[in-house]
Amino acid sequence: MSAVTPEEVVDSAAIASAAGKRRSLWRLVIRNPSVIVGGAILLFMVLIAVLAPYLGTVDPTRIDPAARNKKPDTEITFHLDNGQTAKRVVWMGTDSLGRDVYSRVIYGTRVSLIVGVAVSFLSIAFGLMIGLVSGYVRWADGFIMRIMDGLMAIPGILLAIALVSIWRTGLVTVVFAIAVPEIPRVVRLVRSIVLSVREEPYVEGAISVGTPTFTLMMRHILPNTIAPLIVQATFTAAAAIIAEAILSFLGIGIPPETPSWGNIMAEGRTLFRVFPHNILYPGIFLAFTVLAINIIGDGLRDTLDPKMSKKV
Amino acid sequence: MLDFIARRLIAIVPVLTVVAIFVFLMLRLTPGDPAAVIAGDNATSDQIAQIREKLGLDLPIWTQFGIWIGDMLHGNFGESFFFKKTVVELIQQRLEPTLALSVCTLILAVSTAVPLGVIAAYRQGSMVDRVVMAMSVLGFSLPTFVIGYCLIYIFAIELGWLPVQGYTRIGADFGGFIEHMVLPSITLGAVYVALIARITRASVLEVLNEDYIRTARAKGLSNRVVLMRHALRNAAVPILTVIGIGIALLIGGAVVTESVYGLPGLGRLTIEAVLSRDFPTIQAVILLFSVVYVLINLLIDIGYTLVDPRIRY
Repeated sequence: MSAVTPEEVVDSAAIASAAGKRRSLWRLVIRNPSVIVGGAILLFMVLIAVLAPYLGTVDPTRIDPAARNKKPDTEITFHLDNGQTAKRVVWMGTDSLGRDVYSRVIYGTRVSLIVGVAVSFLSIAFGLMIGLVSGYVRWADGFIMRIMDGLMAIPGILLAIALVSIWRTGLVTVVFAIAVPEIPRVVRLVRSIVLSVREEPYVEGAISVGTPTFTLMMRHILPNTIAPLIVQATFTAAAAIIAEAILSFLGIGIPPETPSWGNIMAEGRTLFRVFPHNILYPGIFLAFTVLAINIIGDGLRDTLDPKMSKKV
Repeated sequence: MLDFIARRLIAIVPVLTVVAIFVFLMLRLTPGDPAAVIAGDNATSDQIAQIREKLGLDLPIWTQFGIWIGDMLHGNFGESFFFKKTVVELIQQRLEPTLALSVCTLILAVSTAVPLGVIAAYRQGSMVDRVVMAMSVLGFSLPTFVIGYCLIYIFAIELGWLPVQGYTRIGADFGGFIEHMVLPSITLGAVYVALIARITRASVLEVLNEDYIRTARAKGLSNRVVLMRHALRNAAVPILTVIGIGIALLIGGAVVTESVYGLPGLGRLTIEAVLSRDFPTIQAVILLFSVVYVLINLLIDIGYTLVDPRIRY
């Protein structure tokens, strides 16, 4: 049996209490009614996205000239690849190329969720790195923040439109174009946390015992940013899903070969007066998904970041 | 005060410089010869050579930037080869619908959101409060174009009360102009109302706990006077701030709203320009919107002193 030094006792007690605190916070989070309701809707959407091929869908890109512009709940004769025909009820109708709107909407869930997750991840990753540097490295701060202010002066969607116009359209470019305008917001958030935390006695203590800068950042400063960043990430995901829908709707986002809620609605624009279903169904899915994420965000903010929730 | 305005004006110079550098680099970052990109697909090699010389594309990049920024500051935004007009003419033609839409939306949104927020704060926890807060979350979650098409479907197609799409110039027929503005303004205003109502509620709630509100009540002042003169006025700074920041949402939303309602404005122009890769127009529109956004926020900063005399610069 090895001897236990007093420092180790203190250390392990502190770690245990910190872990306990984290666990009880987590329990608070999953008991929050907003998080439960929003989480349930979001989980449902995730299941739809994952199980898309098994939900009675057909190839969402399959063009069928004979079945163009059918209203919801019409029965169409479906030509199989082997030459046989089958009857099928298109309960969300078909678009002007005869593609099944139900299948497109179901598969479109994938694009929206991927965009939401990818944009949050990218903007948080870049924002965190830049924000830590800006908050900690004094000489770089001014320069970095001027660039961030400049980026923030261009309205978000407009900056995304500008970036899309430079690059070719596609899922990856759309994700980057939406992520870039979000980065300055994350940088500001992280920087403000770093600036307030670096004055705390425990950080000064760590500096005084000669903790290397990198360790200091990782162990003492970074953990403070986690809760606010989780909240930020949810709101960013919601905004990103809307932004993707807007870009695709305007015809400068994801090309129609990949079904996304935005480009399904774009397809439906010209014949909207006669066939509103092309816009209605993807619109409902879009609204519910974004609503669910926003509700989760509200719940997370109330539990994880009480200071911020008082402000808004 | 003048000193403050001067300092703020100087502070926007680096911000706008970064914007200008980004907009300038846009054309250089896109694959291909910038002169050929500007000239479009049907250009002759003579035309391309002309553009090349005009932009100084053979000179070092800093000199190019100098030439470009000089042109911008002189109001020379170049020529749109796609629309076969100068960019300035193009913007002048498209300015009115966007300006009209923004002003109508701003008036509509502020005049509904602020009272809603004040009432929600005053009756905190009541049914009214919950409805306002729920509507606000909904306003954030429903994309502009979904709201737009729902409104068109209900009020223009089913009920036939208002026109579906299109625009009437304000000088041509004022009644028609208003008719064409109702649905777009509500559509564009939804997210803005959600944002302003939320902040108004939070801001007024904080002020309602102050001692001077209790004093005002104790003096026997009516609820209306307490709320409007004592609470709202003290809560005004965050509300004004969010109205300013929200202009970015308004500009982004205008692009979408104009597309939904077929308004021939700057937002529609932006999309047409992107689809036809008409870079001089894209650059000018982004620059214009950003400058407007920055200037409005500058005006709001200065406006703080008017609503709250405690703020001295």
